[in-house]
Amino acid sequence: MEHTPLLSMHNITKTFPGVLANDDVSFDVRNGEVHTLLGENGAGKSTLMKILFGLYKPDSGEIRLRGEVASITSPTSAIEQRVGMVHQHFMLVPTLTVAENVALGLTSSRGFRTDLDVVSDRITEISEQYGLSVDPEIDVWKLSVGERQRVEIIKALYRDAELLVLDEPTAVLTPQEVADLFVILRQMTDAGTGIIFISHKLHEVLELSDRITVLRNGRVTGHTTPAETSRQQLADMMVGREVKLAPDKPHVDLGLARLRLRNLSVKGDRGTMAVVDADLDVHAGEIVGIAGVSGNGQRELAETVAGLRPAEAGSSVSIDDVDLTTATPARTRAAGLSYVPEERMKDGAVGEFQVSENLLLINHAEARFRRGPLFDFAKIRDHCQELVDQFSVKTPSLATPTSSLSGGNIQKLIMARELESKPSVILAAQPTRGVDIGAAEYIHSQLVEQRNEGVAILMISEDLDEILGLADRIAVMFEGRIVKVVDRENATKEELGLAMAGAEVDA
Amino acid sequence: MKRLLGASVPLGAALLAFMFGAIMILFLGEDPIAGLRAIIDGAFGTGDRLAATAVRATPLLLVGAGITIAFRASVINIGGEGQIIAGALLSTAVALWIPGTPKVLLIPLVILAGLVGGGIWGAIPGALKAYASVNEILSTIMLNIVAIQLMNYLLRGPMIDPIEVGTSRIPQTQRLTDNAALPTLIDGSRLHLGVPIAILAAVLVYIMLFRTPLGFRLRAVGHNPDAARAAGISVEKNIVSALGMSGALSGLAGVVLVFGSESLRLVTDGGSAGFTGSAGFNGIVAALFGGLHPLWTIPSSFLFGSLLTGATELQRALQIPNALAIALNGLIVLFVVSSDRVRAWLDRRLDKSMRPGDAA
Repeated sequence: MEHTPLLSMHNITKTFPGVLANDDVSFDVRNGEVHTLLGENGAGKSTLMKILFGLYKPDSGEIRLRGEVASITSPTSAIEQRVGMVHQHFMLVPTLTVAENVALGLTSSRGFRTDLDVVSDRITEISEQYGLSVDPEIDVWKLSVGERQRVEIIKALYRDAELLVLDEPTAVLTPQEVADLFVILRQMTDAGTGIIFISHKLHEVLELSDRITVLRNGRVTGHTTPAETSRQQLADMMVGREVKLAPDKPHVDLGLARLRLRNLSVKGDRGTMAVVDADLDVHAGEIVGIAGVSGNGQRELAETVAGLRPAEAGSSVSIDDVDLTTATPARTRAAGLSYVPEERMKDGAVGEFQVSENLLLINHAEARFRRGPLFDFAKIRDHCQELVDQFSVKTPSLATPTSSLSGGNIQKLIMARELESKPSVILAAQPTRGVDIGAAEYIHSQLVEQRNEGVAILMISEDLDEILGLADRIAVMFEGRIVKVVDRENATKEELGLAMAGAEVDA
Repeated sequence: MKRLLGASVPLGAALLAFMFGAIMILFLGEDPIAGLRAIIDGAFGTGDRLAATAVRATPLLLVGAGITIAFRASVINIGGEGQIIAGALLSTAVALWIPGTPKVLLIPLVILAGLVGGGIWGAIPGALKAYASVNEILSTIMLNIVAIQLMNYLLRGPMIDPIEVGTSRIPQTQRLTDNAALPTLIDGSRLHLGVPIAILAAVLVYIMLFRTPLGFRLRAVGHNPDAARAAGISVEKNIVSALGMSGALSGLAGVVLVFGSESLRLVTDGGSAGFTGSAGFNGIVAALFGGLHPLWTIPSSFLFGSLLTGATELQRALQIPNALAIALNGLIVLFVVSSDRVRAWLDRRLDKSMRPGDAA
């Protein structure tokens, strides 16, 4: 190595009772580079970062900063040693201004009087240097998610961070905001900052990183660079076996239109039109993917199809020729709809309920689960165990509270429940968002299998790779309208991207 | 480990409350040990006192069992008092209307009337919440006042004891016929049929909540109405039925209070506490102390029942006002409610020491 790395972590091992969270992990970050930590949930990324911030003490191993052994005992001492962190969930006070948020926890240069004007000037300086364009006087609650993230970055830079950790920074951003963020991060590395980027979005990792370290089950499974690797290879390294990023899809003859949307118009939460005159048919044996930047009416469209949100007059929704325009969720389900909601912990599952209870959320009243008026727990156990096995939901037991499962396993649980009813139409919103690659692969294969059996599937996703990998037809939503419908064979990423940005509205 | 915690926290809260009670007795210049002995003696000292304790616990248990239904569905029912009154009024009206009916027919009929009366009084705020987003805390409290005024009107007018009309006009109904009295379980004891009915009701509530589809839906709505709605469960219907059932059990408490009383009539002093003994509020305390579990509400109600009967003896033996028992009640509520935070804190500590951080 030509230079002393900014940070090096040597042979870090950390065990928790029954879990080896980090097993002999070594990696280093140089000034001016983006080093990505890639791994599934539970691979040990977060433990490693908590060790770096002094929240956990490693069982063995050492941390060196700028070549010297560093003792980091708390987040405060990390900041003192110029290590900064941008958390996935922002640590900002919404009612305070940007400058006040940045100054929070710092000593004023004027003793008892505040020095917010000094702070503001310094913020302006920093944001000009890195092209962050944030107004220090504005209240944080008025800022968009992307702008709030920039405030977090400013907070770290204000404290002279030379090493910056970004924990899944793109999870909450739109594609445009991601592009903006990457420009900012590049400017920071050009100025000599070292960045640790934590993510599991493969294309972003390949785009941004200088070097990549892959973790699995607490161990380093490989060091690589974007030039030497590919999405497929990274996925295989993360999961530890060959992963199918796009499932095989046999040709299936299209059947009749099962889900029909006609002139569908829907109001959003603020009373403005969220969906405008949408027409769409989904046939038996096809997956129609709805692409679009989030907030362009996809959520409202899904909720209306599921019977959760009223449609405007003149709209029509039907499944297998049964009119469901004004139907309740119970009636839509009875007509053959299965619904995998976008926010799984809010709309998809009851967190406090046991795994088995969530598996029964829809069909708990069926006679086969009862003896007389009472639940037959033996039969319920058998049924749930079968579903858990069939969909490989990893859970300590059927009685485990659902909220303690990982996102991927909760999503598999919801899929198991939704597919169990033999639906004629499946509406799946963001089916693999925040889900491990292994679980995503499984969920995709299940959707394709349903399609092959003649189910009509409407899938909403912000992930273009997912849409291109799974859909037979693609509809693009922009500002509440379906602005483009194209067969998968004729679709290109560029063209879809343009339509998502509204370029084809007038065409 | 966690299970142990669950039981020890409310017991600790009760212990703390009793310690405060002891300090209060000390300030009143009496011996706290003697005070405690008086309470225990008053509550459990003789067979009669034990029976009195059970009878005092019965309305608490009925209200408390109902409260567990409402709270499990995330509906806050503070309307126990009004629901007791509604149940008492309707059942008394039935008994006055058909006085000659044989006991085996009349008792089930008045019980039914009590359930219906309380049920309607509970379902009204339920419907208001479900279909008009009216806050149920406010509406149930206000319906308490409406029920009290309705009772005052009825007992001074249409339902007044004819003897009182020309004389002192005490707001009470005439004494009901003896065949309307709840049968006693042991001859010469005050222990009446209401006691086993209340225990049975708590068991049935437990079965309903945890072993039937209805209870499943109520709990799903209580934990996460969004997910319940998306799964095809009607949030509105379940809110109405939770408050309806909760009110029905309070109405049944009203039946027990009238038809199990020695005077065998409905009488008011212008407020509600006169005849309900604040059971509509104390039942909430009993349910909270029982961890909102219908079966734990049984011993919990008996504890509070014994406090009430014990306080009478405390007053007799040591001349300590029985307001002390009410203060003790309040202290226990305070400590139980704050013990939720203690429990959450302990839970976090346990989790932290046993689990590594998961997602990156």
